Amino acid sequence: MFSVTFAIIIPFIIAALVPFIYRRFKLLHIGWFVMLVPITLFLMLARLIPSVASGKTYIHTYNWIPSLNINFTTYLDGLSMILGLLITGVGSLVILYSIYYLSTKESLQHFYCYLLLFMGAMLGVVFSDNLMVLYVFWELTSVSSFLLIAFWNHRKASRLGAQKAMLITVSGGIAMLVGFIMLHTMSDTFSIREIIANVGDLTEHALFIPTMILVLLGAFTKSAQFPFHIWLPDAMEAPTPVSAYLHSATMVKAGIYLVARFTPVFGGDQLWFWVVSGVGMITLFWGSFNAVRQTDLKALLAYSTISQLGLIMSLLGLGSIALQYGYSEESIIYTQATFAALFHLINHSTFKGALFMVVGILDHELGTRDIRRLGGLMTFMPFTFTVGVIGSLSMAGLPLFNGFLSKEMFFAATVQIMNADVFSLQSLGIIFPIIAWIASVFTFVYCMIIIFKTFLGPVQPEKLDKPLHEAPVGMLISPIILSVFVVGIFFFPNLLGGYILKPSMESIYPTFGDPANLTPSIHAWHGIKPELLMTIGVVLVGALLYRLLKKWKPVYGLLSSRYTLNAYYNNFLSFAESKSTNVTNKYMTGLLRDYLVYIYLFFILTVGGFFFYSGAFSISFSMDVRIRAYEVILVGVMAVAAVAMLFSKSRMTATLLNGVLGYSIAIFFVIFRAPDLALTQLVVESITTALFLLAFSHLPDWKKERVPSKTKITNAVISVGTGAVVVLVALAVLNYDRFETISAFFENAYELAGGANIVNAILGDFRGFDTMLEVVVLFIAGLGVYTMIKLRAKKGDENIENK
Amino acid sequence: MKINDVILRTVTRIVVFIILTFGVYLFLSGHNTPGGGFIGGLVLASAIVLLYLSNDIEKVQKSLPLDFKLVAASGVLLATGTGLGSLLFGVPFMSQTFAYFDLPVFGKTELTTVTIFEAGVALAVVGVVVTIILSISEDE
Repeated sequence: MFSVTFAIIIPFIIAALVPFIYRRFKLLHIGWFVMLVPITLFLMLARLIPSVASGKTYIHTYNWIPSLNINFTTYLDGLSMILGLLITGVGSLVILYSIYYLSTKESLQHFYCYLLLFMGAMLGVVFSDNLMVLYVFWELTSVSSFLLIAFWNHRKASRLGAQKAMLITVSGGIAMLVGFIMLHTMSDTFSIREIIANVGDLTEHALFIPTMILVLLGAFTKSAQFPFHIWLPDAMEAPTPVSAYLHSATMVKAGIYLVARFTPVFGGDQLWFWVVSGVGMITLFWGSFNAVRQTDLKALLAYSTISQLGLIMSLLGLGSIALQYGYSEESIIYTQATFAALFHLINHSTFKGALFMVVGILDHELGTRDIRRLGGLMTFMPFTFTVGVIGSLSMAGLPLFNGFLSKEMFFAATVQIMNADVFSLQSLGIIFPIIAWIASVFTFVYCMIIIFKTFLGPVQPEKLDKPLHEAPVGMLISPIILSVFVVGIFFFPNLLGGYILKPSMESIYPTFGDPANLTPSIHAWHGIKPELLMTIGVVLVGALLYRLLKKWKPVYGLLSSRYTLNAYYNNFLSFAESKSTNVTNKYMTGLLRDYLVYIYLFFILTVGGFFFYSGAFSISFSMDVRIRAYEVILVGVMAVAAVAMLFSKSRMTATLLNGVLGYSIAIFFVIFRAPDLALTQLVVESITTALFLLAFSHLPDWKKERVPSKTKITNAVISVGTGAVVVLVALAVLNYDRFETISAFFENAYELAGGANIVNAILGDFRGFDTMLEVVVLFIAGLGVYTMIKLRAKKGDENIENK
Repeated sequence: MKINDVILRTVTRIVVFIILTFGVYLFLSGHNTPGGGFIGGLVLASAIVLLYLSNDIEKVQKSLPLDFKLVAASGVLLATGTGLGSLLFGVPFMSQTFAYFDLPVFGKTELTTVTIFEAGVALAVVGVVVTIILSISEDE
């Protein structure tokens, strides 16, 4: 549909305009203007909720590169609707919040430009139906996340955090790209809908399992699943609005979206079930376990986000088992795990977004987010306290808040999976409820830490740099709106279920018929069932553990810092850096002569080698026309100039002799009736000669170099070899007939492109894509020359990094 | 050292206009006869370089106050923009089209989107060439 395509494009257009608007309206905070974008998009999407809820989907295709199956196809269904609403909804609130968080002294035009880039890219990820387009947007979210994490790029930690996030998510992205290409090989289409429609042919394919693993790698790195989660805590160096938006509500959900999107393709497979639910469970436990030890509130929230992402991921894994059974009365019960996953996805965005904003408020108003310096803030910051408590209790899974509902459904799903009789779940299924319960106990403990250590207990004003006071109203609006949702969803969960979750169940289980059957009615009270007992147990044991926190916290000291994943990451990075420095130093000598040797050797080996092995060096002179006298003279002039160059004493002479060669070639073009080439050659020659002369004025005199005779001989052999290959190839091409000739097509240039000049019709029309990229390359080269000469650091300039 | 370049300067003053006209002619004629965006751009660039060679840089910059980096950037934007523009009409990226119109002065004229694309190429070439030559020559 038109408007969905525009939803992707608009943020990019506004991002391009932001710098200009920023310059024009200095007085107004640019955020107010930027905020209009997500609000508009949110309303646009919200208008479509009723029709999507009734099962309608919107699809629109722009032909982009149809010859390669790559088209800009946007697809709006229930699943992408959830993510789209989150991206635009939370986006609006975060931008409103950031207006008060970031002062006008910061480089706001960059911040909002990156943020809009991210928003557009993220919408692109969820609305794209074409795998290649999805991949491009996927990597673009990584890039914009990199830029946002490194927003305060004068800080070393920010840069390192950004680098880590980039390296991990982009490596995963590349693995995913390979997976996508494999999917294309198997199904011969890049369209996700078509792949899902023909899924039956795929499961038997030899590439099915490798594809699954590669796609999962992309999803796991993006959604910070164990063991790739280590980038998320470091990404907390970003400004808090960014953390709330990218690193809790939207970007890290992209991996979950991908898993949900591909569940119809891979779900039902045993490996998919175990990997997705297993990795999710490990992440759930490891995240919550590590969150308890954090003293920085933002790091605590980062680990808690990892843990909650693991929870959603494992639910998607558990839910995929329904596809193994196929549609029946009994298998519907397993789809409830997926329902819970989507439900918790929304709930998590509401309460975690609110909590991040609360921590941002503390950081902004009090100058610290270290729980050892905070305490007793309840009386000074009543509103912040209320929002913080609502968010924490919802995260802990207590009633009156939406987290309770999805947490109960999560417990129910883990208990339910024990009844499954496939994938050896009869014996192994018991581990799911156990891990889920233990992890939830830790979740409860860190939620208590947030409440008690920051808002209750003794006040420590002497440890704070700023006086205690409540945050400005503007900063409170967004978290309050989110916490209203936290409470509101608890009381009216079925509104969400019926309008938002129901259509997305159809996206994940397309073969299961009417999605109304898959949509349970959510109730806070459903009798005394295992899940309720588990929640009661979590509260009791969690409260006990929190009381005894001091007693058992030394457990964390047992984990040696040498064997952590972070240490492995750092070691790997420094190892790779030193190795590649070694290798690079071996061949990058700084001598132009050496580089030319590499280029020519490569040329001889590949071009000469190819012609030699394919037996294409067949030369015959039968077709040749008679050589005329002035051609001989011209060749004689060129030969003399070329040889004379070897003996010239100054660079100036050499350049001029080189010019003789170039102009002689131009004359050859004239003789052989190629006026285009002759013209181009003449002008290029004039300009390069001028350029050479300019450049040489900066170089020292041309001294005779002392080179060992061995090098001289090698160089002579290589240069003669290169010349020989060029001559042989030139002679051989005349007889080369392996490829079908394509010139007949171009001869119709006047009818096809309206141009009588075939050369230009090829350049501008038939092969216009090449020319466009060449122009871009030329531009990049020009910028490179400019920056290297104009912007290089002068001697004695201070290093602006690490201030 | 002060070179006496009166002749060069006088000749340049006339020749530059001839070259510039030639460049524009090459650019426009490229569709059906030898020429085109790249070569037209190069000729324009060489005229500007000639100006810089015969006069000092400050003087030229005063009479030709262009930031050639911007010229190059706008060229690239134009060239890629025509590619994207074709998407607006629901045809694949980089589709070009042409049509014949009856214009008051020129009579039956062919107008084509390739010309816009080629204009981008020409601007990019002029901008990049002059930028490179200026940066090298201004370097101390």
